[in-house]
Amino acid sequence: MFILALAGAAFAACFVDAARLRAAAADDANGMAVLVAQLRLTDLALFTEARYTRHPSQADLHSAFQDHPLALEHFPTGSLIGPPAGLTNPVVKVGAGDTATSVAK
Amino acid sequence: MKLWLARRRYLIDFTLLALARRKTRNLGLLLVYTVLVFMLASVTLYSHALRQEAARVLANSPEVIVQRMVAGRHDLIPPGYIEKIGRIRGVQTREARLWGYYYDAVTRANYTFMVPAQGAPAAGEIVVGPALERSRGLAKSNGISFRSYSGKLHTFVVADVLPQASELVSADLVLMSEESFRAFFDYPAGHYTDIALSVANPLEVRNVALKLAAALPDARPILRDEVLRTYASIFDWREGIVLALLSAAILAFGILAWDKASGLSAEEKREIGILKAIGWETGDVIKMKFWEGLLVSLTAFLLGFVAAYVHVFHFAAALFEPVLKGWAVLYPRFQLTPQIDGLQVATLFFFTVVPYAAAVLVPIWKAAITDPDSVMRW
Repeated sequence: MFILALAGAAFAACFVDAARLRAAAADDANGMAVLVAQLRLTDLALFTEARYTRHPSQADLHSAFQDHPLALEHFPTGSLIGPPAGLTNPVVKVGAGDTATSVAK
Repeated sequence: MKLWLARRRYLIDFTLLALARRKTRNLGLLLVYTVLVFMLASVTLYSHALRQEAARVLANSPEVIVQRMVAGRHDLIPPGYIEKIGRIRGVQTREARLWGYYYDAVTRANYTFMVPAQGAPAAGEIVVGPALERSRGLAKSNGISFRSYSGKLHTFVVADVLPQASELVSADLVLMSEESFRAFFDYPAGHYTDIALSVANPLEVRNVALKLAAALPDARPILRDEVLRTYASIFDWREGIVLALLSAAILAFGILAWDKASGLSAEEKREIGILKAIGWETGDVIKMKFWEGLLVSLTAFLLGFVAAYVHVFHFAAALFEPVLKGWAVLYPRFQLTPQIDGLQVATLFFFTVVPYAAAVLVPIWKAAITDPDSVMRW
């Protein structure tokens, strides 16, 4: 029972500590937000090995396969960033008389 | 009410003593259970904090970025292009951006060279990001040379270093004047990399993008919402990978817990028989065992969650960091701000505590409705 009470107190303390750390980091977070607005930044500087991993939101849709259409993705980040949603959604079957344009809309 | 509370207290006291009688077995289960909750909670806490951090930081990024596409690839914005955008209603400001990549063979990393719209350094000077400062051993007033793509060597003086606290967005940045940027990259005059638009009314952003696509068919508008969604999906995907890797451990624990909870040992059956024989009702036996399951699973949940919190926010999630954060030559150093999502905690609680507490009930009920004499003889 003592362990349970102790664990419960520690659990509650996590929320207090989280609020404390959030308050302490508020200035840094604001500074970062100001820098993003000033420099018009669009991405986090997490993966710098290729332009489509440095700026995933700005990359061409097929830049991972820029060398040739069947090229395997060769940067480690590529295997950890998910494929575009369109690739994983169920494909609509093209019936007779359908054109690529009419299906693609 | 007083009687009801006293009954519960006696029941819990008895349950705790019963747990203490099988100390090694229960402590082993508690330990495995705690480790499982710790792993799951670490992954969810870390991913959630990273997602929140990305969303918070990028909330101030431009509402719309306009790229120009040529043959399916990002191309430069030619002179006169930006003027065409100005005619679209709803666009408050339009600002051409100049930025590009530079591969540094010394650190084998890519830097992002950029011209700030305001407060650009003087010609020949640069402001560098903290990771670049670290990797090249730079300091204020140091000189550094980069060989441009035309083969010429350009020397810059480091005018300043961006604050360490902003490393998440500025690790590899090199800020310079427009003049230096154009000279370094041999960038054609009047051309820009892309255009940042600000839209006065947030509800109008999508309409502006549609108007842009209609007016400039070679333009690719990228909305802030899309940027935020990109990051959310990156971290969702990574969280999914870790959870998939952990699924074997979760399954193994599931089998262990189910086996422990649903099968009663002969000793436990005898105990139930004796309790029934001395006058305990079936309901009391079930309640006692329910409390037993709840105490074990609740303690494991609380201990596992607290350990995960300390691991993620005080030890930088050392165990899962390589997979969840990824890696790069110039990786930013940053401390995540704790963000605990109530729904996430409730979901974790539901899927770790409730199944175990419920799994103990069926075998107990079966044993408790059996004749005490036959249970004790078993």
